Amino acid sequence: MTGKQSARGFIDMQWEVVIGLEIHAQLACKSKIFSGASTAYGALPNTQACAVDLGLPGVLPVLNRQAVVMAAKFGLAVGATVARRSVFARKNYFYPDLPKGYQISQYELPIVEHGSLEIELEDGGSKTIGITRAHLEEDAGKSLHEDFHGMTGIDLNRAGTPLLEIVSEPDMRSAREAVAYMKKIHALVRYLEICDGNMQEGSFRCDANVSVRPKGESAFGTRTEIKNLNSFRFVERAIEYEVERQIHLIESGGEVVQETRLYDADKGETRSMRSKEEAMDYRYFPDPDLLPLELDEAFIESVRQTLPELPDAKKARFMSEFGLSAYDAGVLTASRELADYYETVVATVGGEPKLCANWVMGELLGAVNKAGLELPQCPVNAHQLGGLILRIVDNTISGKIAKAVFEAMWAGEGEADAIIEAKGLKQVTDSAAIEKIIDQVLADNPRQLEQYRAGKDKLFGFFVGQVMKATQGKANPQQVNQILRQKLQG
Amino acid sequence: MFEKTLSELSQALHAKKISSVELTQAYLDRIERLGEQSNSFITVTVEQALVQARAADQRIAAGEAGPLTGIPLAHKDIFCTDGVRTSCASRMLDNFIAPYDATVVERLAAAGMVMLGKTNMDEFAMGSSNETSYYGPVRNPWDPERVPGGSSGGSAAAVAARLTPAATGTDTGGSIRQPAALCGITGLKPTYGRVSRYGMIAFASSLDQAGPMTRSAEDAALLLQAMAGFDPRDSTSIDRPVPDYRASLEHSLAGLKIGLPREYFDQGLDAATAAVIEAALDQYRRLGAETVDISLPNSGLSVPAYYVIAPSECSSNLSRYDGVRFGYRCEAPRDLEDLYKRSRGEGFGAEVKRRIMVGTYALSAGYYDAYYIKAQKIRQLISADFRRAFEQVDVIMGPATPSTAFRLGEKTDDPVSMYLSDIYTIAVNLAGLPGMSIPAGFVDGLPVGLQLIGGYFQEARLLNVAHQYQQVTDWHRRAPGEA
Repeated sequence: MTGKQSARGFIDMQWEVVIGLEIHAQLACKSKIFSGASTAYGALPNTQACAVDLGLPGVLPVLNRQAVVMAAKFGLAVGATVARRSVFARKNYFYPDLPKGYQISQYELPIVEHGSLEIELEDGGSKTIGITRAHLEEDAGKSLHEDFHGMTGIDLNRAGTPLLEIVSEPDMRSAREAVAYMKKIHALVRYLEICDGNMQEGSFRCDANVSVRPKGESAFGTRTEIKNLNSFRFVERAIEYEVERQIHLIESGGEVVQETRLYDADKGETRSMRSKEEAMDYRYFPDPDLLPLELDEAFIESVRQTLPELPDAKKARFMSEFGLSAYDAGVLTASRELADYYETVVATVGGEPKLCANWVMGELLGAVNKAGLELPQCPVNAHQLGGLILRIVDNTISGKIAKAVFEAMWAGEGEADAIIEAKGLKQVTDSAAIEKIIDQVLADNPRQLEQYRAGKDKLFGFFVGQVMKATQGKANPQQVNQILRQKLQG
Repeated sequence: MFEKTLSELSQALHAKKISSVELTQAYLDRIERLGEQSNSFITVTVEQALVQARAADQRIAAGEAGPLTGIPLAHKDIFCTDGVRTSCASRMLDNFIAPYDATVVERLAAAGMVMLGKTNMDEFAMGSSNETSYYGPVRNPWDPERVPGGSSGGSAAAVAARLTPAATGTDTGGSIRQPAALCGITGLKPTYGRVSRYGMIAFASSLDQAGPMTRSAEDAALLLQAMAGFDPRDSTSIDRPVPDYRASLEHSLAGLKIGLPREYFDQGLDAATAAVIEAALDQYRRLGAETVDISLPNSGLSVPAYYVIAPSECSSNLSRYDGVRFGYRCEAPRDLEDLYKRSRGEGFGAEVKRRIMVGTYALSAGYYDAYYIKAQKIRQLISADFRRAFEQVDVIMGPATPSTAFRLGEKTDDPVSMYLSDIYTIAVNLAGLPGMSIPAGFVDGLPVGLQLIGGYFQEARLLNVAHQYQQVTDWHRRAPGEA
């Protein structure tokens, strides 16, 4: 990022942007991190908050083992140290949606430390982003400021929902890198099946720490923290806005103030929430209601055994095993569901990985995106798509007819074979029959035949089209080409 | 009847000499008649008690009764009781009705015990005299001008005044042992983690522990038997088998090694109290025990360390009382900040506010290392002192308190002098050890408590040592006159 190309007319200084992200991933546990209440989204307000979540007098937290397993999984997946001993701490502050007056989190000794992740850069290169730590904590409830006539409603259903806060090193140098990192973490937590990644429901959100410094400077500039960004687009826009704001501020003689800022998606700007002076003293101390979390080697090993093939490894395998390009392998491994889908298609077809890749990335994803669906809701499953591709491979239908069959499958008209049968789409491969049709086409179009023979080669396509039209697209294209060429030459 | 021990009452109930309903009614009548003198009850649950008593009688008739079935008891008002007000003696919770039972309450109810009511205490268990209660001070049955001790003052006074055969208490820095000593009853604070804290309103979570308050060691053994045990709802409770506490009561004390920490017999100890303790130790020597002088060199640091750790934890534990969801809420708050400030300012008493402020300060950025971390280090040193001591001796003995019960109002304006009344009991909480106070004699008509300290999970040993003493003395049978 530079200051010079901006319309403001500044020319001199080259700026470097420094970004670190704190990602909050809601863990896909059925019950809360310290109580047995359900974590299901969308229930009526305050119907999923038990005595523990309400912070009633006398209640005590009991750690959800599943949350620990999930955090350990994440740690192992990013090559981090999974702490043999970690400690839950209380973060003390008053807010109506924080029932106990403190949030149980991890502070000095988190469960995961010192990991890293590779991101791909736009120039085709890659970059390692350090993961400082990831810690377990409970979410707060929600304050609802609308619909209460100037009052605030409190919904404690979310209170106690398990979160993994993933803190990066300040290793990112542009909003694009920050988004690439966030997407990579997003894909990873879904691969690991530890977070549903649903950003609209707030299951995956982030805070961005942003600062700028003159290029070549090693000390960091003063940073601001932008809170609660819940889409990739907002992350990118908020960071870009904030970078421009900071550069403009410094270049016009001002100073960046360390503060927390909110991104207003409607206005596309960030604005101050509270400054460092107003920052709260959270009075962290170890939670005396919870013993230190001790994990032994056997536990960590057992978690390691459950790790699935991770995105980078899968991509490399798709390239070597299926001969796919880096781009295709990257697209197909972007999510675990898609990769599984693709592999099922290949298995059903029994080969032809490139043809399968083209179909999955082309027709299938095109239709899925067009319909605004997620892959699991797609009406054509991998076996069905494989069954269709098989009919291309064995020459029952052409690729073009296959697209029509796919549309019929998408519309719920049944399996590929049934549709081919019902619609009579089976390819004509009888040479004599094709020859007869070609003879008829040539006889019907004497003028074009004359022109072709006079050297207008382009008309070859015209004859193919006429044959296909006559056979409703069912003639085998290779045979048509071959016989037609012979006849035209003759 | 009011002089009977729990096992005697149990025998009478099983022999159908008396029904639980009759027994319960007798105690309810006695509370009605005498309860106001000591102000030891905040709530008396007459109807529920009789319902429980009838159910107990049915269990007895059906032959499904245990040793505690049908016997009345009182719970300190710090234990949540389903459908019954649980106030913690605070204006903050004057209107609070818990929707669930504490594990201790649940277990004792399951054993068939009948709850007479909820006893008075220092507000949120913060105090050593029971004078910080929103419901007024408890008076010592031995002298109504004197305090019963605290914070479990209502339980201690109720047991001493024979208003209940037994009661539950909690002990964070001496809150079972100190009032037991000042009221002349037997009180046991178990090892930290032995009894579930679930549903017991937290003061200082790493120190709080519930225990029995009874008239004899044998009764304490019976009650602890039902209270103790692992609870999956309390992460700090310990999954370890509960021994049969009565099985070892009769073991001989011949060869028992008793450690006497010189720090517990220094100039801070009242001379007459010291003489009573000496006499008790002589009694133990006659029972075959041997006394050994030991040192707990960091004892002097226990009160300062405690008054950093306990307020720190309390400042956080009491944050939930914010006027938002339950408890006291100020009238017509102007905004959120006003709601917090006035609800907490009006809902809490002076001592609670003092401790919240001290704890908030100790945990603040810039002070945390100097106070909280340092106090935790002292805690380690104190534990190490005890560990070394228990390499030499089986139990440690000394006074439970520096003097007998003081006068109401005597120390209310001097918090430090009040805090020092727990000087002999606090170290035990910091180390998480079990400790007991048993009646050992009188000074000017006021009871003196002998403190017994054991190694981790040595409750059975402490009960045995206390019981043997009670077999050859009758201090624990003395009752205050019905003034």
